[in-house]
Amino acid sequence: MVTLTIDGRKLKAEEGQTILQVAQENNIYIPALCHNEAVKPYGACRLCLVEITRRGRTKLVASCLYEVEDGLEVKTGSDRVVNNRKMLMELLLARCPNNKEVQVLARKLGVEETSFQQDDEQCILCALCVRVCQEVVGVSAISLVNRGVNRQMATPYYEPSTACIGCGACAYICPVGAIKFEDVGDTRYIKWPSSQMEFKLKKCKTCGSYWMPERQLEYIIEKTGLPPETFDNCPDCRD
Amino acid sequence: MKTKVKPDKQKIKSILSRYQGDPGMLVAILQDVQAEYNYLPKEALVLVGEGLDVPLSQVYSVASFFKAFSLKPRGRHLINVCLGTACHVRGAGKVLDEIQRELNIKSGETTEDLRYTLETVNCVGACALGPIVVIDGSYSGQMTGGRVKPLLESYK
Amino acid sequence: MADKQASKRLNSVAALEALRKAIVVSRDPNKPCITVCGGTGCHSFGSEGVSDAFKKEIKKSKLDGKVEVKVTGCHGFCEKGPLVVIKPKDIFYQKVKAEDVPEIVAETVVGGNIIDRLLYTDPDTGKKVIHEPEVPFYQKQKRLVFGNNGLIDPTRIDDYIAVGGYAALGKALSGMTPEGVIKEVKKAGLRGRGGGGFPTGDKWQSCRDAEGEKRYIICNCDEGDPGAFMDRSLMEGNPHSVLEGMIIGAYAIGGGEGYIYVRNEYPLAVKNAQTAIEQAEEHGLLGKNILGSGFDFSVKISRGGGAFVCGESTALMASLEGKVGEPRAKYVHTVDKGLWEQPTNLNNVETWANVPLIIGNGADWYAKIGSEGSNGTKIFSLVGKINNTGLIEVPMGITLREIIYGIGGGIPDGKKFKAVQTGGPSGGCIPESLLDLPVDFDQLDKAGSMMGSGGMIIMDENSCMVDIAKYFINFLEGESCGKCLPCREGLKRMSQILTGITEGRGKDGDIELLERLSATLVDSSLCALGSTAPNPVLTTLRYFRDEYEAHIKDKRCPAGVCKALVTYSIDEEKCPGCGLCVKACPVEAITDMGKKKPVVLDQEKCIKCGACYDVCKLGAVVRK
Repeated sequence: MVTLTIDGRKLKAEEGQTILQVAQENNIYIPALCHNEAVKPYGACRLCLVEITRRGRTKLVASCLYEVEDGLEVKTGSDRVVNNRKMLMELLLARCPNNKEVQVLARKLGVEETSFQQDDEQCILCALCVRVCQEVVGVSAISLVNRGVNRQMATPYYEPSTACIGCGACAYICPVGAIKFEDVGDTRYIKWPSSQMEFKLKKCKTCGSYWMPERQLEYIIEKTGLPPETFDNCPDCRD
Repeated sequence: MKTKVKPDKQKIKSILSRYQGDPGMLVAILQDVQAEYNYLPKEALVLVGEGLDVPLSQVYSVASFFKAFSLKPRGRHLINVCLGTACHVRGAGKVLDEIQRELNIKSGETTEDLRYTLETVNCVGACALGPIVVIDGSYSGQMTGGRVKPLLESYK
Repeated sequence: MADKQASKRLNSVAALEALRKAIVVSRDPNKPCITVCGGTGCHSFGSEGVSDAFKKEIKKSKLDGKVEVKVTGCHGFCEKGPLVVIKPKDIFYQKVKAEDVPEIVAETVVGGNIIDRLLYTDPDTGKKVIHEPEVPFYQKQKRLVFGNNGLIDPTRIDDYIAVGGYAALGKALSGMTPEGVIKEVKKAGLRGRGGGGFPTGDKWQSCRDAEGEKRYIICNCDEGDPGAFMDRSLMEGNPHSVLEGMIIGAYAIGGGEGYIYVRNEYPLAVKNAQTAIEQAEEHGLLGKNILGSGFDFSVKISRGGGAFVCGESTALMASLEGKVGEPRAKYVHTVDKGLWEQPTNLNNVETWANVPLIIGNGADWYAKIGSEGSNGTKIFSLVGKINNTGLIEVPMGITLREIIYGIGGGIPDGKKFKAVQTGGPSGGCIPESLLDLPVDFDQLDKAGSMMGSGGMIIMDENSCMVDIAKYFINFLEGESCGKCLPCREGLKRMSQILTGITEGRGKDGDIELLERLSATLVDSSLCALGSTAPNPVLTTLRYFRDEYEAHIKDKRCPAGVCKALVTYSIDEEKCPGCGLCVKACPVEAITDMGKKKPVVLDQEKCIKCGACYDVCKLGAVVRK
């Protein structure tokens, strides 16, 4: 156990926890756009930066990655932290001015407008989709391609990916709704910012509803070794 | 742009075995593939991924990240304009502008007839000779806009 | 073949010393040796043709066996290449052409006569200089790390051994404990030469103390700063000195596997390093049971893929793991968890090359060189608007003025010095008022710049400081990995603002916005690429704010560089109608009006390339 101070409050935490985890447990708000409990922290959005003082030295660190230490002093709302956050938000707003979640966050952080030329992206490059596909689903169908200002999330060659199983985890985890997925009739449509795919859905033998992409079922069967007949019925019709 | 190549499975296998199939050597492996085909053909990337048991998305990610790699077929002659600070201060920007104007392509692109690919590089270590243009490994120093056309014409 | 290898293997330090003795004894110090500089600068001037010509001429004159021809590492005086130094007298010939070779062999090598026209002339005294050490360029230098470059053929380990190579390794293995080696390096006060300036001994200690199954030792030869080629010349010209440093380091740290990460754009460095590794392995200086000490260490070469960001240690390690060069936060240091999550010690090429000197000559000797807090020497690439372009090695603490004027020979064409950029894209521009600043880690930091890896770019009155800031930001924008928001988006916006300023679209508030953006990049970037990116902007704003204001308020570029703010016109009184500019113009914007009539420049067609300005010797083309 360690004792640290966040915004003047003395808190107890377990070794190995990050500042963000401790803050969230204690209802202290720190914005963290590229963070999700399902995957390892990445430290890309930099919105979660907080000011720490340790052995007399003060610096800004990413709270999603920095592990707590005994005697750590943390400030989540100092002038330095707030000024940085606002400029980061201005930069993000300039990149994605027409994205609803980005607009909501900007207002929450007190940023009404941006000083920069506006682009029109939806993706914030938090890489949560790529990370969940790699770490949780395990198929790595998508990745971040190109470098720097040309960075994008994409399938190889922007073509339909043979590795994608159509599970939609990427759409689910996206914090700004940049990935769309829709089941229409017997087809699932997944639309990423730079490419898209369609998946044929499996039809339930009993009730006739379309419930999961066949590709995804093939993947589950391959991984678990369960007999294919297990998935002839949708979950509602299974005993 | 045509001249796409169909890589030989055996060739890719032998490149992979040079590095004992070590996925950590992906960058070096891709460099050897590019040395072989003058660019990175799609089928080659698929074979490399399969051979190393690395997802294609990661191979593609690495291929698109590093400047050394080209996913499109490149020209017969590779022009490298040095944009190191010393050359910049001596006017390399003007030389690059002139080449771009003369060939009607931008840096990173290849001419329609596949004669030239134009790239920029940051410091070839020949600053005394700046501004420098390297074509197919051959150095031309103290370049000016006026010397561009005759230099290019000497390469078929 | 196996027999031949076994016969080369040295199984003890004593065997190494015996070999050294044998090599030295077999070499006649009075035998003439024609050394031709094979460094990149000389190579681009055609030194390969010169060395080939010498080899042919020696054969033709039937002097094989009596005269040696050796292609050596970089001598440093790139401006005067191709360089030829004839030993044993150290006769220094500059700008040698293949056509000069027969004369040199007949007159100097055989006849003992000096060829005046090939000698260097001291511009201050007007006198010709005969011997290499007397050339003013070299006199203020202290060529300790670089010194052997001119004496050895980098592809021959025997040359390195002959000048004392691997003696330091022998000393460490036979008479020092690993902890003792670290203590010596700490005492010497060696600081990282790659830009960070971190105390090397401390880094080695942390790596040694870290928990892990395997240790990795890495040499960072990803020299990315544009205008810097020191590491290239060391790796090409004396790869064994770097290897020796790595092996000593591995012994001290307890390391098992080493990597030399060479950037993709340095194929000769890769080749020479590979040869050096093979030769070292043959001699039992690398591999298992080095010199019979029981200590194992092996080294592999890895090539970069063309990414400046891979000079950052965590990005480099990611690339070694087959991933994209994305840095990660360093709250957990790489000495604890680095390559493949194992303790890893990464040092720069020049840092490694300093190690044999420290162990061989002792920490006390080393600590006497340099300045307080910055011991030893530093190699700089002195380039740009300077007379003596090349690679120099000077003791820390020497002033900028001494370097630029005492060694560099001042600014060409009688132009005025304006600024010197140190530290590459992470550094800053230093103005004339600070020329008496001593060059070391701490002093340059105070001025807002940093020493960095050693690039030193000189600028004169015709360099626009806003253009320079834009150049560096554009460079970094292209090299940003794109992972973190402030660097990726911030550099893009800084580039947009600076481009606007240089194109006449600057507005009130631009400078303040640049300053706010800079503060955010410094505080929030994930790695040092982003956090030091604002330095060129901040230093140019600090020392040359008036130039920014001229661009923004007056829409004027005082240095005459920014095309959109510059107009070319013909001074009709000065123009004799010779038509030189008409031919030079790539877009036919100038019309010949006949003999003795001034030409006419069509502003609509003019693309502001400046070709007419460059070609007119009569000052009839005016640039405003």
